[in-house]
Amino acid sequence: MADFLLRAVAAGLLLALVAGPLGCFIVWRRMAYFGDTLSHSALLGIALGLLLNLNMQLTVIFICCLVALLLVLMETRKSLATDTLLGILAHSSLAVGLVILSFTNTQIDLQAYLFGDLLTVTNSELLWLLGGCALVLVVLVANWNALLSFTLQPELAQVEGLNIARLRVMLMLIIAVAVAVAMKIVGVLLITSLLIIPAATARLFARSPEQMAFGASFSGCVAVVGGLTASWFLDTPTGPSIVVVAALLFAVSAMLKRQQ
Amino acid sequence: MHLHAVDYHAGNRHILNKVNLHLKQGQILTLIGPNGAGKTTLVKIALGLLVPTSGTVTRSPGLRIGYMPQKLQVENTLPLTVERFLQLAPRAAHADLATALAEVGASHVRHSRLQSLSGGEFQRVLLARALLGKPELLVLDEPTQGVDLKGQADLYSLITQLRDTHNCGVLMVSHDLHLVMSATDEVICLNQHVCCHGHPEQVSNDPAYLEMFGQAGAQAMAVYTHHHYHEHTLAGEVVAEHVHDDSCQHDHAPSLLANPQQRSKDGR
Repeated sequence: MADFLLRAVAAGLLLALVAGPLGCFIVWRRMAYFGDTLSHSALLGIALGLLLNLNMQLTVIFICCLVALLLVLMETRKSLATDTLLGILAHSSLAVGLVILSFTNTQIDLQAYLFGDLLTVTNSELLWLLGGCALVLVVLVANWNALLSFTLQPELAQVEGLNIARLRVMLMLIIAVAVAVAMKIVGVLLITSLLIIPAATARLFARSPEQMAFGASFSGCVAVVGGLTASWFLDTPTGPSIVVVAALLFAVSAMLKRQQ
Repeated sequence: MHLHAVDYHAGNRHILNKVNLHLKQGQILTLIGPNGAGKTTLVKIALGLLVPTSGTVTRSPGLRIGYMPQKLQVENTLPLTVERFLQLAPRAAHADLATALAEVGASHVRHSRLQSLSGGEFQRVLLARALLGKPELLVLDEPTQGVDLKGQADLYSLITQLRDTHNCGVLMVSHDLHLVMSATDEVICLNQHVCCHGHPEQVSNDPAYLEMFGQAGAQAMAVYTHHHYHEHTLAGEVVAEHVHDDSCQHDHAPSLLANPQQRSKDGR
């Protein structure tokens, strides 16, 4: 197998593995819009990285985390509804990113950032992905019960001795990191789908939160392999193909579930 | 636990004004009052979830608190059994889990999905989770929410029973003085300030209590008057309809409701 294909498979599987449990929390906490906002702001990171000639991956992670913290701050102020805030942040950061990109002289393939370019993943990008995913996974596993408790009823969790302010920020930040390192795989516009669709598929069969997390990882991995295969043989764009397979998996599962 | 002269402001709104509260071990204290009286706010201050604008809160050092929140909505997307839910409590040992469920009479739902429970079962499971931390103080925010009348009475007697076996203090919020009457040692009637407090019988006849619910309007009043059937005529009178019998000598404006017999005739 060609090296680039091997890297693509490794990167895709790595991401699907982490997107499973993380996506579950996004579904349980109804944060889909939040993931979208972060991924839109990732493009701002790209633009700034190019303009100021900084390390691209670091800049994207930094900007995503910054936007996540900004959201936590704005949410506690509660001057506007959260979805309005998210809408403002998502689209203004995307627009600012595009405007800044027009100032840079370098020619970049915008499409690769919007829809992902899994087949051109480099070794260093793979390492970033590995680091980011490992970090997210360790934090998730170490705080699994605390995060579940916090998701169910924050005040009860607080009375039981958990630091919910810390948990809230932590969850936002690991989503930000995951989105930042995932951008190369499926692109800004499709990241949220890789987080949500496998989790939704797993929900159909899961009887416990842990089963749902594992199921989401598994169905995400199937989508990655299926999407890559389709892309290889049919010459379709890789990122969108992965999402299409994930969506098909969900549709088929939902029909199977209904027949039971 | 003591709360002394607690004030709480949210923006310009004055929610609590100079509230004092004192709770001893083994005592059940019930907070009642109309919506917006600041009951939940006071509970959150007692728990340490909110910091009062002024005043002091004193808890015995290392006090273990079991809390039953007013709202716990489980997203349908979260598959969770009762057992797994209880395991989320810190330091929940396997044996304790069975004991706590048996104590609240909910052993049969151990493997059920949380979303499939009835109102009463759900409240009992919440109570079991509060018990898992071996509490010295139970704080229950409307423990009988979404439970029918019979179930409410059962739950209140269960709470009394739990107080007896665990010898813990209980601070609870209730909407219904008369149902909770036999289950509580002391009542605080709250409407931003303490209107009156004392033994439940005493409070139910207190002019401040009667006036407060009179002012709260007939709609809120109705909730409190369902069970005014014996010695509480004073409160009952506020919304009691004028009962018509033969001694009434006055005429009525024509109304369908005033003459049900005629209505049924016309209906044919």
